[in-house]
Amino acid sequence: MFERLQDRVNADARLVRRGRLVDAVVLIGASEERFRLTFRAGRIEAVEKGPFVMPGCTFALHAEAEDWDRFAEARPAPGYHDLFALLKRRKLRIEGNLHPFMANLFYFKAVFAALRPEGA
Amino acid sequence: MAAHIEPVTGRYMHLEIEGRPHRVYFEEAGEGIPLLCLHTAGADGRQYRAILNDPEITRHFRVIAYDMPWHGKSSPPAGWQDEDYALTSRAYVNQVLAVCDALDLDRPVVMGCSIGGRIVLHLAEEHADRFRALIGLQSSAHVDPYYDLDWLHRPDVHGEVCAAVVSGLVAPASPEADRWETLWHYCQGGPGIFKGDLHFYKIDGDIRDRLHRIDPARCPIHLLTGEYDYSCAPEDTAEVARGIGGGVKPVIMKDMGHFPMSENPEGFRTYLLPVLDAIRARG
Repeated sequence: MFERLQDRVNADARLVRRGRLVDAVVLIGASEERFRLTFRAGRIEAVEKGPFVMPGCTFALHAEAEDWDRFAEARPAPGYHDLFALLKRRKLRIEGNLHPFMANLFYFKAVFAALRPEGA
Repeated sequence: MAAHIEPVTGRYMHLEIEGRPHRVYFEEAGEGIPLLCLHTAGADGRQYRAILNDPEITRHFRVIAYDMPWHGKSSPPAGWQDEDYALTSRAYVNQVLAVCDALDLDRPVVMGCSIGGRIVLHLAEEHADRFRALIGLQSSAHVDPYYDLDWLHRPDVHGEVCAAVVSGLVAPASPEADRWETLWHYCQGGPGIFKGDLHFYKIDGDIRDRLHRIDPARCPIHLLTGEYDYSCAPEDTAEVARGIGGGVKPVIMKDMGHFPMSENPEGFRTYLLPVLDAIRARG
């Protein structure tokens, strides 16, 4: 499901502009699966699907696959509607250099919200 | 075409809070029972503009919303540049009492949201006889930290991070214009002020061990919480109600988040009006 972020984000000019200072490699864990997203100047340059051997990254977000699925629903239930809602319920773990994530938090929240169906 | 002028007046009061001179901005509208409204951490009294503009409410209530010192159009006290702002329970209680005294409010109703929903619990415990009723929006007895508050105030992260942090506390179905107006208030907060408010919310203001001392027979207490709030989740308000006892029943507001009065005013008034009716009926 994370592959779809590349087209969705890159097609959104306002979102790309919001993230114009973002250069980061983000590792995503969905249960045992791994994805690596390379961000350059607010665009997603590449999405790689694991498994990886020793994947380097700027920061990583780990959750259970079923929690990502619930997060990605068009109308998520309370507690699944925001990355920080997942954090609060201890369903999301964020590790690594969090400066790019927090300094561009509106951007990254919008990037992950793009997992939801268009118009959601 | 003539402009629509809202029936809301904004003025400044000069008062002492804990022996220190303050200049505090407040807005008011309506006549009748004083209804003092307390905004959330890191925001200001503009959150209550829909209530100030609701004739069904202002017909019976004198609605007053002030900006806490350091917030909105209220100045920080002289010397602010040499201190770190960190709100405490004591300072917040004294602030609310000082505002009530300065405006000569006779047994007002106090309605607060988030940190305001917490402080009404402190007011209920310590000063129940001074109030006609208390309304806690998003009231919790404590909140466990779930992110590092230091991100909210550092020179290499823009202050709009405060708005981004709380953005998920707005319910998904809330109207876009109201959602973003609510977040704009957070974008405008002074450096370190949201973090300083959260010192009360997450550290100093824990009232779990004193809930049983609140007596709703002395001062009725109403609890309203949005279902999408994860900062103060419905189960947190349920914990408050259980701790108080005495038949206090929280109302869980559907499709509502952490900022009911500003993120979805139309939806919120359907929950608030019956509460205000009940308060009026009690006299």
